[in-house]
Amino acid sequence: MDGQWLQFLASGLTAGSIYALVALGFSIIFNASRVINFAQGEFVMIGGMSAVSLTATGMPMPVAIVGAVLIAGVVGLLLERFAVGRARKADVVTLIIITIGASIFLRGLAQLVWDKRIHALPPLTGDRPIEFFGATILPQSLWVIGVTVVIVAVLFWFFNRTLLGKAMLATSYNRMAAQLVGIEVRTVLFASFGLAAALGAIAGVLIAPITFTSYDTGIMLGLKGFAAAILGGLGSFPGAIVGGLLLGLLESLGAGYVSSAYKDVIAFVIILAVLFVRPDGILGALKSERV
Amino acid sequence: MHSFRSARTSILMAGATLAASLLAAGPVAAQEPIRIGTFLAATGPASFLGDPEQKTLEMYVERINAAGGVIGRKLELFAYDSGGNAEKARTFMKRLIEQDKVDVIVGGSTTGETMAAVPLAEQAQVPFISLAGAVVIVEPVKKWVFKTPHTDRMACEKIFTDMNARKLSKLALISGAGGFDRSMRGECMKVAPNFGIEIVADESYGAADTDMTAQLTKIKGTPGVQAVLNAGFGQGPAIVTKNYAQIGLTLPMYQSHGVASKDFIKLAGAASEGVRLPAAALLVADILPDSNPQKPVVVAYKRDYEERFKSDVSTFGGHAYDGLMIAVEAIKRAGSTDREKVRDEIEKTKGYIGTGGVVNMSPTDHMGLDLSAFQMLEIRNGTWTVVK
Repeated sequence: MDGQWLQFLASGLTAGSIYALVALGFSIIFNASRVINFAQGEFVMIGGMSAVSLTATGMPMPVAIVGAVLIAGVVGLLLERFAVGRARKADVVTLIIITIGASIFLRGLAQLVWDKRIHALPPLTGDRPIEFFGATILPQSLWVIGVTVVIVAVLFWFFNRTLLGKAMLATSYNRMAAQLVGIEVRTVLFASFGLAAALGAIAGVLIAPITFTSYDTGIMLGLKGFAAAILGGLGSFPGAIVGGLLLGLLESLGAGYVSSAYKDVIAFVIILAVLFVRPDGILGALKSERV
Repeated sequence: MHSFRSARTSILMAGATLAASLLAAGPVAAQEPIRIGTFLAATGPASFLGDPEQKTLEMYVERINAAGGVIGRKLELFAYDSGGNAEKARTFMKRLIEQDKVDVIVGGSTTGETMAAVPLAEQAQVPFISLAGAVVIVEPVKKWVFKTPHTDRMACEKIFTDMNARKLSKLALISGAGGFDRSMRGECMKVAPNFGIEIVADESYGAADTDMTAQLTKIKGTPGVQAVLNAGFGQGPAIVTKNYAQIGLTLPMYQSHGVASKDFIKLAGAASEGVRLPAAALLVADILPDSNPQKPVVVAYKRDYEERFKSDVSTFGGHAYDGLMIAVEAIKRAGSTDREKVRDEIEKTKGYIGTGGVVNMSPTDHMGLDLSAFQMLEIRNGTWTVVK
């Protein structure tokens, strides 16, 4: 009985880490372009499905993972080059609608390229649950949480120590000023899509052994990641992480102690509540400029 | 003058055409194909139902025609893709009846589609054999509506019969949020008292949930639970099964017929060991005892389907096979495509051995299956075994 809350905690942290990775993708693109990229969930799906089909060809796991992340990254870059980038003079709303279109397109494409079945990926290190104080956690969950921590550290380094990262950050603060000091805003936008797609793909590869993957896994994960990003404050990287973890924990504890029937409701009530009460999110940097 | 003449000419022409068509009517009618209509969820979220159904119908219409057709006439299939959408299903049903003037309809992959089309079939008085699962389709009995698949209530009854045999009576339910899941959960709760089974926990999860340890931990903490039943299909049950093993639950676990495919074992992996579920004979065609009357039918259908389409057979395609065959047999017995006669003959279907079971229809039973349609399976060493 006492292991119960610990179990909820472990489940929540695993789910939360994934939401955080997806939310980071939302924030990266949002910062570079003010666009909410609704195809973010599809990057997660492409990552998972690519990894499945690459391992099916007999490729060793690590190679397949790198391959899957690259494939998703390229899809992200292509999406920017041929859809979003071409319309960059258009309204932000138009761009958002383009990403919604892209997500439907990618989902359809996935049905053609792969299939409509559900696939599993073998876990990185065994299937044997680890027990602690009456609760259990899968080794894969530790991978999810661990890799998320590493990625957050790498991103921190990237945005604060590298030229491209700083350029991206500068663009997010003030696009015009960034352009004036010679930052190629166009390149920043391009890179942000590749980066966000790669992040999504990593999330997709990591969770495929736990939750499986299919052409439509991106829908719900995309929405949950979006909810996490809103919760933490769209555009804020620490916010995305806090938002993701918080959402995962709330869902898991809610399902455990309140009612499992309302698990998904929790995420969406949070979006609404945050939008009403604190539109900038918990750690939001976004100024509310519109009504 | 000119206009008068042309008017007269056209009347003459019309008269001649009419006479010609009347003369032709006799011999042509005998060659006129039998029109079989269908609307299926060939694409969209329910395409795992509609896709094999459509393939099956196409393949067997072809085969029957190659063998000379039925009562000396060829079959012609009118197929529409409803995408699993009830609204579209209704539209296509209308088109089948009014435009294509079909003789019989074998279709409707989901219960939603079927129920949207039922009023039209009743009104136009067209025999309609549905391929969807829920009990509501044939209960209460509708004069023109039949169905081939077993129902979720039968699945519950099969599971409870097995629980009785194992002397288990306290059951925890966990079900998804989908239509199938909700329906089966409801049916199981309804019939549980008939088997002396008490439902001590009732948990649920969302359609795209990725982790059910929270719900299962609650079940684990519920006093007195003796078995767990997961009503659902898709990825949910596979995740439930994995989580079940992860948190160290060792109670007997039942899954529904909704996951009775090799994919489930593949997805859930070692965690699926020992799981029991009811399933149609078709899935275990190879391991059925020779004494089983269904064996020749299911083995033949499985072979035909897998040879032609190079993919694993599913029960859903089998439902379409049964629907088509029941319709064809009825037309043969009726000796015509007179809708009233065909309907009566479908209702008189007795001892038809199909992929779904042995069908004995009656005026009060438009499905005609009993519990023997299900086999109780247990997953052992990564494959199905039939529980005796």
